[in-house]
Amino acid sequence: MMSNESTIHGHAEVVTTHEVQHDEHGVLHHKQSFITTYVFSQDHKMICKQFLITGMIWAVLGGLMSVLFRLQLGYPDTSFPWLRDILGAKWVQDGHIKPEAYYALVTMHGTVLVFFVLTGGLSGTFANYLIPLQVGARDMASPFLNMLSYWFFWMASVVILASFFLETGPASGGWTVYPPLSALGDANEGSKAGQDFWIIGMALFVVSSLLGGLNYISTILNLRTKGMSMTRLPLTIWAILFTAILGVLSFPVLLSGLILLLFDRHAGTSFYLSDIFIASTGQALPNEGGSPILFQHLFWFLGHPEVYIIILPAMGLVSEVMSVNSRKPVFGYMAMIGSLFAIAILAFLVWAHHMFVTGLNPFLGSVFVLLTLLIAVPSAIKVFNWLTTIWRGNLRFTPGMLFAIGFVSLFISGGLTGIFLGNSTLDIHLHDTLFVVAHFHIVMGVSAFFGMFCGIYHWFPKMYGRYLNNTMSYIHFWVTFAGAYLIFWPMHYEGLAGMPRRYPDYASWIAFKQFVELNRFISTVAMVVFAVQLMFVFNFFYSIFKGRRVTSQNPWGSNTLEWTAPIHPGHGNWPGEIPEVHRWAYDYGKDGREFIPQTEPIGPNESRH
Amino acid sequence: MSTVFLLLILLLGFLITFQIAKASEYVGILKGEKKNFAQNNRINGFLMIVFLVLGLIGVYWCNELFKGKILGESASDHGEKIDTMLYITLTITGVVFFITQILLFWFAYKYQYSEKRKAYYYPHNNKLELIWTVIPAIALTVLVGFGLFYWFRITGDAPKDAMEVEVTGKQFEWIFRYAGKDNIFGKKYYQNISDKDDNALGLIWDDPASHDDIVTKGTMYLVVGKPVKLIINSRDVIHDVGLPHFRMKMDAVPGTPTSMWFTPKYTTEEMKKKTNNPEFEYELSCDQMCGKGHFTMRGIVKVVTPSEFILWRAKQQSNYARLFPDKMQNAAPQADSTKKTVAVDTGAHAKLVAQTK
Repeated sequence: MMSNESTIHGHAEVVTTHEVQHDEHGVLHHKQSFITTYVFSQDHKMICKQFLITGMIWAVLGGLMSVLFRLQLGYPDTSFPWLRDILGAKWVQDGHIKPEAYYALVTMHGTVLVFFVLTGGLSGTFANYLIPLQVGARDMASPFLNMLSYWFFWMASVVILASFFLETGPASGGWTVYPPLSALGDANEGSKAGQDFWIIGMALFVVSSLLGGLNYISTILNLRTKGMSMTRLPLTIWAILFTAILGVLSFPVLLSGLILLLFDRHAGTSFYLSDIFIASTGQALPNEGGSPILFQHLFWFLGHPEVYIIILPAMGLVSEVMSVNSRKPVFGYMAMIGSLFAIAILAFLVWAHHMFVTGLNPFLGSVFVLLTLLIAVPSAIKVFNWLTTIWRGNLRFTPGMLFAIGFVSLFISGGLTGIFLGNSTLDIHLHDTLFVVAHFHIVMGVSAFFGMFCGIYHWFPKMYGRYLNNTMSYIHFWVTFAGAYLIFWPMHYEGLAGMPRRYPDYASWIAFKQFVELNRFISTVAMVVFAVQLMFVFNFFYSIFKGRRVTSQNPWGSNTLEWTAPIHPGHGNWPGEIPEVHRWAYDYGKDGREFIPQTEPIGPNESRH
Repeated sequence: MSTVFLLLILLLGFLITFQIAKASEYVGILKGEKKNFAQNNRINGFLMIVFLVLGLIGVYWCNELFKGKILGESASDHGEKIDTMLYITLTITGVVFFITQILLFWFAYKYQYSEKRKAYYYPHNNKLELIWTVIPAIALTVLVGFGLFYWFRITGDAPKDAMEVEVTGKQFEWIFRYAGKDNIFGKKYYQNISDKDDNALGLIWDDPASHDDIVTKGTMYLVVGKPVKLIINSRDVIHDVGLPHFRMKMDAVPGTPTSMWFTPKYTTEEMKKKTNNPEFEYELSCDQMCGKGHFTMRGIVKVVTPSEFILWRAKQQSNYARLFPDKMQNAAPQADSTKKTVAVDTGAHAKLVAQTK
């Protein structure tokens, strides 16, 4: 089925005959049962949809968790007896979520959103969908590994989901699972079986991520169609390439860290444990000589690249959608690639900025300050290039475009607060306060979601051959955009006041109890925003079946290859030959023409840029 | 009941939205795709500028609202440096914030689709890109420069005359230790810890330096104007000594002692007057997730005058004296404090965690 033959230029004729044969029988050649079409599918387009829908289920669950703990934070004095019916008597007391349950919710909210939605859901969806379609390949380099990648993701999801039903509850030591808290069941209820489930779930997730990542890299490097040189690739593909490289290099480090944690938990080793006395049992543990800080180094060696694994694909999607809907080339294409590259390199050199107050050597800290703030330079280049992309454009506010503009706004706001936190002097005061929560939710959480929405709205017509409902899309955008700022902007002020994160109740603190009303406001907005996300989910599924039909092959007037495929592409993507590429992806508004698809040969009188 | 009601209202609201959304789609088809698009585009373009204006007003309003509630005057000298750094960063990032956000929404509004305009083909301009690589680089150099200048001053060695207090975190409480008259912390070993026998830190009683060590819980006493170095430990999981009024923070890591120092500027009494709050206390919060009682791990820091401190310390009984009142009667004169190596046999795991100067 797979044909990268078209890249072998020497045998053009042979290839043609082969592909014609392929198309006469190709798509229908193998008997496709329900199972091979929808369940164990090897078609990248179906795998994309599997990732997307699994990601959406997780996003709804993860969002629901945040609604539950925001309920506690916003209304610490109100009793909600119905919580007992949802969560059970063990986790709810007098209509309040117990602290153990609160911490479990916070932990799992982080884990689910960071890994299962914004890594698996985002990369899994768009890497799978866009790579073959935009580079001009019939499918991934290894469709089988690609299928496995999804099913490992599915298994990881099942394990994590199962941990909610354990008697001792899911992991509850924070999504960063710092030992010793995560290593000692006696110190924390969630560190009993829940933590083992968490580690196993994450191990499966890492496998999925590696299978996917290796596939993405090899497809991008090897299966580009004729004429598709690296510098003609759309920025989406460049972003996904760097994302995949980051993932392949950093996830194994997390896995090794987690395996050592597993040893400490069950095999009596002391990698992370030393000098510990457990008050609840009255026992001093025998472990000596380990260092919990070692885990933090291993964790953040993944953990920091991880935030770029989340944001880079979003940047790629935004660049592409913004260019298409400004009817203008993306400004500074090479600089955009260069800054992605710089971010990818620096991503590996800044991890210890999460550890400024762990007792790290101050000199080492200063090196990490320098490297961390250096990231602001490529980030600034990207922002200015986006601004110049829309400057003197002819902007169509499709829902995808709106989310792209929203992304840039949020990325600026969240990026700038990163300059506060990356500076160790300020981090002393701001570390582990709500300032951090506000910062990373804006710059990584909400921004990445905006990138994802931008992509979903833009490519939904290609995925399903129908449009999403516009009115609901606009409501979705404006409420989410305003809501994101209303939730996280004031949260910075709480952080500046030194308010620590991960507190279910601030009532006993003189310094922090002044923010009760603000917390209530934030919680209320969060619930409204969550409700609007449910409307989006409804719009998504409703439109798959009932949306307005796409009638033209290229509804957005886009240059990239996916819009040369039929409205409902079969397995193999193009019925005839794979189209040949003659130019870069961003010839919009050139020589007075609105757009010039990549497949069009360079004209004799065409100006050079 | 009210919850069911609320859900019903939500559902109704959603159904109405859905009906409107569906109807507007039909209207759009009737009106013609082009006209419909133009109208939607105008509305969204207008909303862009509305969002910008309301957003800027919101930023101003939010500032006014929280002015008095965040960051009172810093109560330590290091805190002043951190506040200065904060204002420098706020100024630089603030300028960037306003310029870029205003440009973004203004461009979005100004360059919204119009049949008359053609998009300007402008793929790159190396000079422009060089400018906005160099300018952020310069701004960041300034920030890194200031940041590291303060960072090294704050994390540098404590003055020689600094008072030392050992802070130990445990689930979910703070333990404080003062060295006593000899100014030397006695040795300790975690296997000796026993809450039952009132040895919360596992002090080694064979070390005479431990005999006058004062161990208290809940409240830490500091002297105004006197530098203090906190030696920070943990007994179980990672905690974090967070002192928001002093702008200081340091993790408490089991097995690896950490430290930080600062000089308190105002006594608790002075702060009560300054903040007009008779209930004011300096609070010590745990800032690193440490288990179910994390949010209750509250300590108090009392900053007092030197004479008050001497008075307070005189009233404290050492941990040893509390345990062995009879032995203190005929205790030999303070052991020679220069002898740090006291033979202690704690078995094969013998490991001395000596907290000396």
